[in-house]
Amino acid sequence: MNFFNYFRSQKKKSAQVAKERLQVIVARERVHRDGPDYLPRLQEEILNVIRKYVQVDEDAVSIQLERDGDCEVLELNVTLPEHRA
Amino acid sequence: MAKIVVVTSGKGGVGKTTTSAAISTGLAQAGHRTAVVDFDVGLRNLDLIMGVERRVVYDFVNVINGDANLKQALIKDKRVEGLYVLPASQTRDKDALTTEGVEKVLNELAEEFDYIVCDSPAGIERGALMAAYFADEAIVVTNPEVSSVRDSDRILGILASKTRHAEQGKGSIPGRLLLTRYSPERVVKGEMLSVEDVQEILAVDLLGVIPESQAVLNASNAGTPVIMDENSDAGQAYQDAVARFLGEDREHRFLTVQKKGLFGRLFGS
Ligand SMILES: Nc1ncnc2c1ncn2[C@@H]1O[C@H](COP(=O)(O)OP(=O)(O)OP(=O)(O)O)[C@@H](O)[C@H]1O
Ligand SMILES: [Mg+2]
Repeated sequence: MNFFNYFRSQKKKSAQVAKERLQVIVARERVHRDGPDYLPRLQEEILNVIRKYVQVDEDAVSIQLERDGDCEVLELNVTLPEHRA
Repeated sequence: MAKIVVVTSGKGGVGKTTTSAAISTGLAQAGHRTAVVDFDVGLRNLDLIMGVERRVVYDFVNVINGDANLKQALIKDKRVEGLYVLPASQTRDKDALTTEGVEKVLNELAEEFDYIVCDSPAGIERGALMAAYFADEAIVVTNPEVSSVRDSDRILGILASKTRHAEQGKGSIPGRLLLTRYSPERVVKGEMLSVEDVQEILAVDLLGVIPESQAVLNASNAGTPVIMDENSDAGQAYQDAVARFLGEDREHRFLTVQKKGLFGRLFGS
């Protein structure tokens, strides 16, 4: 593989980028839409509580509601900043 | 029983009115009595695309308010038997479409027609919600482009929760994807989302793919629904979509790059 081809193959086609971005945003919006009304507020409050102790970004908290038969599972992910020694 | 079909999209300018005109004309050509209703209050355009703009006397809101009856407001198409247009009002009053008023008019139309095609305005405000509320089925018009696909997903959410059907606990109304302004050349180059990409993201059945076509502009210039341009790619793609809508199983066309002209055919691979 020559020098130019190497770089060309590295660059993603724009349609591929579009697809990946859409998959992420659509998945996120569906959670909010299909979930209970309190979900966005719950997410915001949890974020505020965490911020009392650690400084985290806006998108550090993600909430996912999954249905498994009769059971609903609320999955909460908090990304903490890297530990500084 | 009349079937109410909403043509919707969320995003503006993706081809809803073009599609409403084509599909309603196709349904009437197939022998079904069809009314096409413009819900775009304040931005009436369906009359132009259907070529009946000079015959508008009364409109949808006049009928709702009792200023005219339905017979006076409906415009009979002169080319296709059994096809009628109900134009939108030019009023700026966005609340003119009341739920009761729309229901009354649709009920009255349902006595006369086999299909009622509702041309939705863009957005997710009152007009768009009203166009979808009483529908039995939806055609979601989407362009292969990020904001259009995202808006279509939002509309699918509305179809699942904000229609009469959904409020009666019967779930979402069936919605099918119509991908328009599709350009296989650009898909091949990786510059445009493919029909498979869009289907994968939206996860709905595909009604059809309408290619980007000069014939659409020609048709709107002339005030003739593009489906009547039987030799054009877009016209044929809409005919296929109508046939599928009516339950026929037709293969999708115009999804690959078309060879251009004699030279392409003689010397192309
Ligand atoms: N397949 C196509 N090929 C080329 N141009 C197209 C195609 N479909 C639609 N167009 C053009 O796109 C423009 C918008 O179309 P149209 O008015 O049908 O969209 P709309 O969704 O009804 O818009 P609005 O949201 O404003 O009501 C028009 O200029 C039309 O000619
Ligand atoms: Mg329109």
